[in-house]
Amino acid sequence: MVTENDVQHIAELADVGIGKEELGDFTHQFNAILEYFDTLDRVEGQGAAARDLYNVLREDEVEPSLPQEEVLRNAPAQEDGFIKAPRVM
Amino acid sequence: MADEETQVIVGLEVHCQLDTKSKLFCGCSTDYRSDGPNTHVCPICLGLPGAMPALNKRAIEYAMKVAKALNCEIVNESEFSRKNYFYPDLDKAYQITQYDKPLAEGGYLEIESDAGREKKVRLTRIHVEEDPGRLVHMGNVERGKYSLVDYNRAGIPLIEIVSEPDMRSPKEARKFLNKLRATLEYLSVFDSEKEGSLRVDANISIKGHERVEVKNITSYKGVEKALTFEVTRQKNLIRRGQKIERETRHFLEGRGVTQSARSKEQEHDYRYFPEPDLRPLRVKSWVDGIVLPELPDARRERFMAQYGCSLNHARTLTGDLKLANFFEKVVASDPKGLAPLASTWIADTLIGELNYRDMGLDPVEPESVAALIRLLKAGTITDKSGVEVLRVMLDQRLKNEKVETPDAIVARLGLTKTAGDTGVIAAAIEEAIRENPKALEDYKNGEGKALNFLVGQVMKKTRGKADPAELNRMLTEALKQKEA
Amino acid sequence: MPQQTITFEPDDKYNAFLTVCNKPSHASGKLAGVAVAVKDNISTLGIETTCASKILKGYIPPYDAHVVGLLKQAGAAIAGKTNMDEFGMGTTTENSAFGPTLNPCDTGRVPGGSSGGSAAAVAAGMVKMALGTDTGGSIRCPAAFCGIVGLKPTYGRVSRYGLIAYANSLEQIGPMGKTVSDVSTLMSVIAGYDRHDSTSQNKPYDHIPRADIKGLKIGIPKEYFGKGVDPQVAAVVKKAIGRLEELGASTVTCSIPSMEYALAAYYVTCTCEASSNLARFDGVRYGPAADTKKSWHDAFQEVRSTAFGTEVRRRIMLGTFALSSGYYGKYYAKAQVARENVRADFQRIFKDVDVIAGPTMPTIAFRLKEKSDPLSMYLADILTVPANLAGVPAISVPCGKSEGMPVGLQIIGRHFEDERVVDVAYAYEQAVN
Repeated sequence: MVTENDVQHIAELADVGIGKEELGDFTHQFNAILEYFDTLDRVEGQGAAARDLYNVLREDEVEPSLPQEEVLRNAPAQEDGFIKAPRVM
Repeated sequence: MADEETQVIVGLEVHCQLDTKSKLFCGCSTDYRSDGPNTHVCPICLGLPGAMPALNKRAIEYAMKVAKALNCEIVNESEFSRKNYFYPDLDKAYQITQYDKPLAEGGYLEIESDAGREKKVRLTRIHVEEDPGRLVHMGNVERGKYSLVDYNRAGIPLIEIVSEPDMRSPKEARKFLNKLRATLEYLSVFDSEKEGSLRVDANISIKGHERVEVKNITSYKGVEKALTFEVTRQKNLIRRGQKIERETRHFLEGRGVTQSARSKEQEHDYRYFPEPDLRPLRVKSWVDGIVLPELPDARRERFMAQYGCSLNHARTLTGDLKLANFFEKVVASDPKGLAPLASTWIADTLIGELNYRDMGLDPVEPESVAALIRLLKAGTITDKSGVEVLRVMLDQRLKNEKVETPDAIVARLGLTKTAGDTGVIAAAIEEAIRENPKALEDYKNGEGKALNFLVGQVMKKTRGKADPAELNRMLTEALKQKEA
Repeated sequence: MPQQTITFEPDDKYNAFLTVCNKPSHASGKLAGVAVAVKDNISTLGIETTCASKILKGYIPPYDAHVVGLLKQAGAAIAGKTNMDEFGMGTTTENSAFGPTLNPCDTGRVPGGSSGGSAAAVAAGMVKMALGTDTGGSIRCPAAFCGIVGLKPTYGRVSRYGLIAYANSLEQIGPMGKTVSDVSTLMSVIAGYDRHDSTSQNKPYDHIPRADIKGLKIGIPKEYFGKGVDPQVAAVVKKAIGRLEELGASTVTCSIPSMEYALAAYYVTCTCEASSNLARFDGVRYGPAADTKKSWHDAFQEVRSTAFGTEVRRRIMLGTFALSSGYYGKYYAKAQVARENVRADFQRIFKDVDVIAGPTMPTIAFRLKEKSDPLSMYLADILTVPANLAGVPAISVPCGKSEGMPVGLQIIGRHFEDERVVDVAYAYEQAVN
């Protein structure tokens, strides 16, 4: 069982935000789904068996990078070739 | 042996950039430092939606070389995991790293302990991960603060080496770091001269008290400084009966202090899970095929055996790959003949002169040092003159002037030892005694210092060219005659 | 490559397309001049790619997904980008931030999801072929609901490079079309090894469908005809399977015990992976601008709470919770064990049979807004998710109607036997047409 507080906390951890109006319904649905997830408690078994695909590696070769304009093209805010982001402190 | 009550316990997590040509998960060139921001970026390292990582084989080979050199065990199956957190320099909002299945475990690095003996610092593990981008903090309180991000560094391959808390002082931590750096250089997997290529997180505690983490120390000297500051800080708190907080701190290089990191998220929940876009590695069998080059310890032993270097000189010379190579180039033409002098002159004198000028070894021609050693060996110039010649050469190099050969400098400055020309020395001695009657008096009264003073005076007059032993003998003779 | 252009001006009454390319150019090749629609979670160079989300509105990829490159090389004309449930999260295409797509068979009903736009575009005859993606049934469900053919390839057979990830370990890009032949042709273009996708297998698809299924052994899982499956739908599918028997196949009942927790395993896995995949959307490198005057935590939250839809936020939170400290063992790790059991069940069954047959979906297409409760929506995926969990190929081919709406017959095969799965569908299709 998760509480509305828990749901609020998870929303913050995931940086998705949840409005006060939504919180009640969200929590209710959340709990129903988590209860459904509990079916997994009954699962028994060894886990992932050996697969056939290992050591997928590429040679250390340089390939062309994107031109700076392409890197910046979709960025909403930029300055002198850097991408602008909100302050960290 | 440190006092039980205040025993310092240090563990290090060292991140080094591996010197591959392309990044860890994409083909962007790793040679970004002299280029503009965001010019070494592609959909993969920019974390564009839909892009997928492709693992660089050489990065794994390099990491395995390091693991083998540090006596680690390569695990049977290792895998990459996602470490999830939000930060503007982390463009996927997760770092691809290795969590519960790292490439290698165990191992050790031998250092010289505080007590002077060889000591093994054990390692916990070694793993591979990608570097995030680089954040530049801008603005101010008035204009508003913001960050600028450059993703050139995002995706550079890193090797993380985690030690057990086996170090007992900031000094031992420095030694560990130096030995590690040297080993990585010898393996040709790391370029220590590249800015930002090495970062250290240190864990330090006083026995019986909480552990403090100091994050993101970016210079070798910084590690010792930061830890020294911490030891003092923690000991002071203990002395005052205060509790040491278990916390993360940052080292402020400029001020030489550590500061508590006031972060909003107390404990990050990284929500690790295996990276679904990469396949596991089974590379244990590759270890046998890895041929290690001669490593620092072996080279040190060889220098002692082959060149007759003292332990201390050998340690200094082999403690840096470039220096060791330089030494061997200098003595190559006549190892037996040149090594004894070269040992001292390179390990002690040259290093000192370079440090003083903030110069690296690269601009110095081994042949010019070899020529200097030859002059010294032949007795053509005194040690003092030797230092003068060295300084002239280095200064010329520093100022980008044409560097003269030692022979040319000696000729130009007239530095040839006047050992054979006793007349010049004798005249200088007479002058010195005549000009300093008090010194003569003091000497007659048994003051040993007077002799040294007069030696200095004669040296000045002969501009350092007089052979010290010869000068001493003649001066003492002359003074005795005056006594009589 | 010499380029020609075609004119593409569809009468899109169903909101199938988010972006239409009116004069797409094309080269020569197997698909020369064929207009192909591409689901909007597949990156297309220079063409807006939104995943039907506000958080990618205006995003223009600087690169093509691998399969888009292959389409172009084969001469296809990229007709446009199709509507979908936001980031692939949904079973009806009602979760699109740009309005739902309507089912051409009945515009009061959903086309299925999440590749609803691609399915509607094909069903309405706007394009012959379309690319969709299938994480838990997102190709097969809309194919069934709209009465067209859709194939989820074996995991690893088609490159995911350029597919904007929702659940990396489950999803595949796959072909959708009016006929099995068209689906097979499109598959032959997109399948094959890609060095940019480290989960990609070297298994090209070069197959012309064959209608001969004499001697084929078909397994009928009792779980596919149990409670929860509409009896009329079950009856239509049973009749279709009867047709296969007439063509020379034999059937035997079987059981997939792991079905009991397959859906839970699916939703745990996809929400966990999605919570991580979608964390990069913060308005800094693309998307709606993060307010750089705010602190990053506040700015990111603001962008993500306004620009992500409710279902997306819900799944991100579920996944964040399931991966959070202390819960990994209970959820994600357990889900992988469950997957292994599903895989083992299939392998066991495939020792005695060649393919498995059953309904694609438990019901016909829902009415718009009929399913408002998330959990009841999730339960609709029960028959499609096992194939994703196991990584095996599965196709949906139309096999009749119930209440006037199409019903899909699902054929599931062994790993890398996509050809056989296509053949069974082809045999059925040819027999009834």
